[in-house]
Amino acid sequence: MSKEIKFNEETIALVNKIIKRYPEGKQKSALLPVLHIAQAEFDGWLSPETMEYVASLLRIKPVEVFEVASFYSMYNLKPVGKCILEVCRTSSCWSRGSEDIIKHLEKKLGIKVGETSKDGMFTIKSVECLGSCGGAPMLQCGASFHENLTLDKLDNIVENYRVEGKRKSYTDQDFKNTL
Amino acid sequence: MGKKILLEHINVPGIKSLDVYRQNGGYASVEKALKTMAPDVIVEEVKKSGLRGRGGAGFPTGMKWSFLAKPEGVERYLVVNADESEPGTFKDRYLMEKIPHILLEGMITSSFALGAKTSCIYIRGEYFYVSRILEAAIEEAYAAGLLGKNILGTNFSHDIFVQVGAGAYICGEETALLESLEGKRGNPRIKPPFPAVAGLYGCPTVVNNVETIASVPYIVMNGGDDYAKIGIGRSTGTKLISASGHINKPGVYEIEMGITVEDFIYSEEYCGGILNGKKLKAVVAGGSSVPILPAELILRTEKGEPRLMSYESLSDGGFATGTMLGSGGFMVYDETTSIVKNLYTFARFYHHESCGQCSPCREGTGWMEKILHRIVEGHGKHGDTDLLWDIQRKIEGNTICPLGDAAAWPVASAIRHFRAEFEEYINHPERIKEFKHLQELVS
Repeated sequence: MSKEIKFNEETIALVNKIIKRYPEGKQKSALLPVLHIAQAEFDGWLSPETMEYVASLLRIKPVEVFEVASFYSMYNLKPVGKCILEVCRTSSCWSRGSEDIIKHLEKKLGIKVGETSKDGMFTIKSVECLGSCGGAPMLQCGASFHENLTLDKLDNIVENYRVEGKRKSYTDQDFKNTL
Repeated sequence: MGKKILLEHINVPGIKSLDVYRQNGGYASVEKALKTMAPDVIVEEVKKSGLRGRGGAGFPTGMKWSFLAKPEGVERYLVVNADESEPGTFKDRYLMEKIPHILLEGMITSSFALGAKTSCIYIRGEYFYVSRILEAAIEEAYAAGLLGKNILGTNFSHDIFVQVGAGAYICGEETALLESLEGKRGNPRIKPPFPAVAGLYGCPTVVNNVETIASVPYIVMNGGDDYAKIGIGRSTGTKLISASGHINKPGVYEIEMGITVEDFIYSEEYCGGILNGKKLKAVVAGGSSVPILPAELILRTEKGEPRLMSYESLSDGGFATGTMLGSGGFMVYDETTSIVKNLYTFARFYHHESCGQCSPCREGTGWMEKILHRIVEGHGKHGDTDLLWDIQRKIEGNTICPLGDAAAWPVASAIRHFRAEFEEYINHPERIKEFKHLQELVS
């Protein structure tokens, strides 16, 4: 966590490009997209320092950032694993076996929902409907949707992430989806 | 095969790209609208078409457009609602991912009709990868002169951008969506003023669902009267249905409104019948908010007439024996499904998603989740069913936005139609394991 909280020039250019979408003085509109970028750049979560930095970039008060960051479920306010396995648990996924998916993951990784594995690789999260009911049961990791899960498929997905060893973010340009 | 408007070219290889999309007649409505039609004429055609909002409320689109205030010198906005978070609904994702240009075409044509210089797609954060697909399509459209200054050599200039949310069902409510777009928490606004008068940045704004806007090119090309001939009665046109749950062929289907529910569930063209040859127990026909109906009432109305896939037929009988078309999120449950446990997943959802602004919803959704949790865990108390009924009644109609109603209706309908199952859980907790839903995962 020793990394300095500051975007590089390329990211600053991207942030400025986003701000330009909105009318003069409405740069606060960039808050949600910029928080996504910040979370992806700074270890997958929004520390108080990160939020203060984003506030300074958008010329708004830190509390305006915090009240937004704490409202939306995709922002992490605590450190998380490199890969957050977000398993949908709402009706259609539940009716097609999401509880078995979660149990299998918990057993396989030796952690409970909401916890992070000791090696810092995985966090299991149970989430509400991700708009993938036709591919139930499903999980999201970073930008990728993994649908029509079976326990075998699940094992493969976890192993692939483990071998790759990279942090996965919603903003990743590369994504898999099985639609 | 029914009429296809939105998904007609969905299987054409490369339809995601601008070139292939144009080879299949894409963007013709932009050419026609900008060069040969007056904005008001387009609004009239949309009115004539009878098109109704496809996000769930079913409000007439042309009427919504005609409410848009047009004060001199003030910007107007079109905002496309791609927040799609109603459990059971995934049609907009499918449409945007497979054929993104149909949405952009609809946005340009609609923005011309509304006099909007800028429009925006607000997409739920979890669909981040879809936002990449949309952005690539937008870039193609700029390069082809379909966006930017003087589109196709006309005086009309237009810009489109994609805004990504960050995980909040409530942002599908149009005023919460606008708050979010302004960089705030998604707390719904008190109406009036409606967005048509004071929307994004206080400017007149139209918020329409993805599917609604994607239907506009057809209306512009073929006329409102032609569109109104498709479908049945006041349910004109086609509807995308997201089919999921215990069926053989989950997926997104474009139906001509008016086909029977029975045909939709059992025919090979659509759901292909119930998974593993089991019997149908219940259906939630229009996304998690709408009342659940038992098999006999979803297939036939109380009067014994075949139930149709249309706004009117699905709501026949009111909430006593009917439901709603809603967003078209069609969830099917087989005979082994525990209605109580399923309801618990909905109650947990609404509790999680309540924005916390209105106390009946903030507190009530939590109480309902808690009570249902103890019931499914075998600790239900005598009187819990009545308590749930009482709570949902006190939420309904007492909140700023419809999330409260959306949380109340599934509870009310599950008790109305499956009360005995709640009592079974409460009186015989030792039998709960028999209800335990075990879906065999194909390993």
